[in-house]
Amino acid sequence: MTTNTRTTSGTSGPRATRRKPGGNREGLVKWTFVLPMMLFLLLFFCYPVLRNLAMSFQQWTVASFYEGGSPFVGLDNYIALVTDPIFGGAVLNTALFTAGSLSFQFVIGLGLAVFFQRRFPLSGTLRGLMLLPWLLPLVVSGAVFRWIYDEGFGVLNQLLLGLHLISDPIPWLSSTQYALTSAIIANIWVGVPFNLVILHSGLQAVPASLYEAAALDGAGPWQRFRMITLPLLRPVIAIVLMLGLIYTLKVFDMIMILTGGGPANASETLTTWSFALSFEEFDFGQGAAVGNLLIVVALVFALLYLRSIRNTFSSGGERG
Amino acid sequence: MTTTRRVLNTAVGIVLVLVFLAPVYWMVNVSLQSSDALLRTPPAWFPFDPTWSGYAEAIRTQGSHLVTSLVIALGTVVFTLVVSAPAAYALARFRLRGTLALVLVVLLVQMVPGIVMANSLYPIFSGVGLLDSYPGMILADSTLTVPFAVLILRTFMSGVPGELIEAARVDGCGQWRTFGSVVLPVCRNAVITAGLFSFLFAWADFLFAVSFTTGNTIQPITVGIYRFVGNQTTNWNGVMATAVLASIPAAVLLLTAQRYVAAGITGGGVKE
Repeated sequence: MTTNTRTTSGTSGPRATRRKPGGNREGLVKWTFVLPMMLFLLLFFCYPVLRNLAMSFQQWTVASFYEGGSPFVGLDNYIALVTDPIFGGAVLNTALFTAGSLSFQFVIGLGLAVFFQRRFPLSGTLRGLMLLPWLLPLVVSGAVFRWIYDEGFGVLNQLLLGLHLISDPIPWLSSTQYALTSAIIANIWVGVPFNLVILHSGLQAVPASLYEAAALDGAGPWQRFRMITLPLLRPVIAIVLMLGLIYTLKVFDMIMILTGGGPANASETLTTWSFALSFEEFDFGQGAAVGNLLIVVALVFALLYLRSIRNTFSSGGERG
Repeated sequence: MTTTRRVLNTAVGIVLVLVFLAPVYWMVNVSLQSSDALLRTPPAWFPFDPTWSGYAEAIRTQGSHLVTSLVIALGTVVFTLVVSAPAAYALARFRLRGTLALVLVVLLVQMVPGIVMANSLYPIFSGVGLLDSYPGMILADSTLTVPFAVLILRTFMSGVPGELIEAARVDGCGQWRTFGSVVLPVCRNAVITAGLFSFLFAWADFLFAVSFTTGNTIQPITVGIYRFVGNQTTNWNGVMATAVLASIPAAVLLLTAQRYVAAGITGGGVKE
């Protein structure tokens, strides 16, 4: 798996399929392999996504669940959203959260990947330990950062005070000025391992002979990085950024446990806002509408992602 | 490279890991200190006077939630593997009409934001009585795991030597028999990887847990921690002890199955 970062590639070995008389029955048997998954996808993806689309044109209240009334209201939910004073802030926060998280996760991940490309004792073990934040439940990481950021007793303020970098404790989570930044920093920590692993496996695929040749030609480390590593890594970089973007857009747990979107919506993203509308205000129609906005954004990037992996994809798949 | 350079690199690597994993260190450190000690500033850098009172409280107040999450996670693993493994084999091996389209669909559904699923599954679950239930949580969590498992298993299963499958077929095995007695044993590692990650995804799920459980009957550990943190921000040793306990599956996975972890990250796309 070291040189292969895609989900879809694979060697197309000899096929198990054999054409026999009675191939029709054989064909039916083969379909029984995929049938449970297809049913699951229909019931738990297609139906909910369509249902969500329908809900965004309906008015939902608490009573809808008990009496069943959710009248069609056309575009009212969407109009209410766009005219809501929270909307602009949520869009901006989502963009800032995504851009801030992605750029730092990527730069730190790439730096670490380049470092761990060196051969030294314990290299593999240390790199493995770096994966821990990615494996921890986000709620756990969030709880830890909640304490780290604690204004009175958290280690971050105590450290900064002790080093005389600040003279008063910073209200990391309870001030509108810092809440979003604090959530971004915590989210960067969680996302670095993903970037590290994928970029590291991408680096393994760069032939060492290229570096040797460049070194013979007198290229320094920075030049080798810029002229060899970056260009050859470009497809992997595209994938890691695209997947990171799709993932970061829908981050919910971290913001929810750190700030709940507050204070005063200072760290509200489209995802947390959608949750608040549906599950706190029981306006599932508006919640669905925000969700659909997220789907559209995710879909655009998903299609870009599929385009970027198309080459590997077609070499691994079998067509029927 | 000279020996000194190599040792220097190791030293730098250790420092990097220590700095990067500092939050994890503090989680453990805080979990072992008494509530009183944690109200002193600056906090102690090491639990010189360790106490298990945080863990006692964690188990007393959150123990049942840990069990709930365990049941949900194990149920998700079973359901996911039963649905995904045969499908992955079919997508890897059979020439069926529409296979490529199905793989595309599996790739695409991974990108549906969880909040959309929560939003639309809530009224559905509410209508059929799946809220506050184990089957409901298992089915919801399986939306995180099935696409992932199908994709990673498909990659491995297309690498199974065709001669093996042919041999079983020549011996008169049906498709399902071949799958059960040849393909699955050969792909054991891939099945383990898919199972481990399914467990971890279900264990870590917070969005579905907080959306579909009210806390009256069942409450997964992620919701337990969320409410714990929200209620008592002075009781940090109990919170951190719970966090440590909730991290055990991740730590076990990293220590015992590290070689599967990288395969899982690169093979399955994104974590939810």
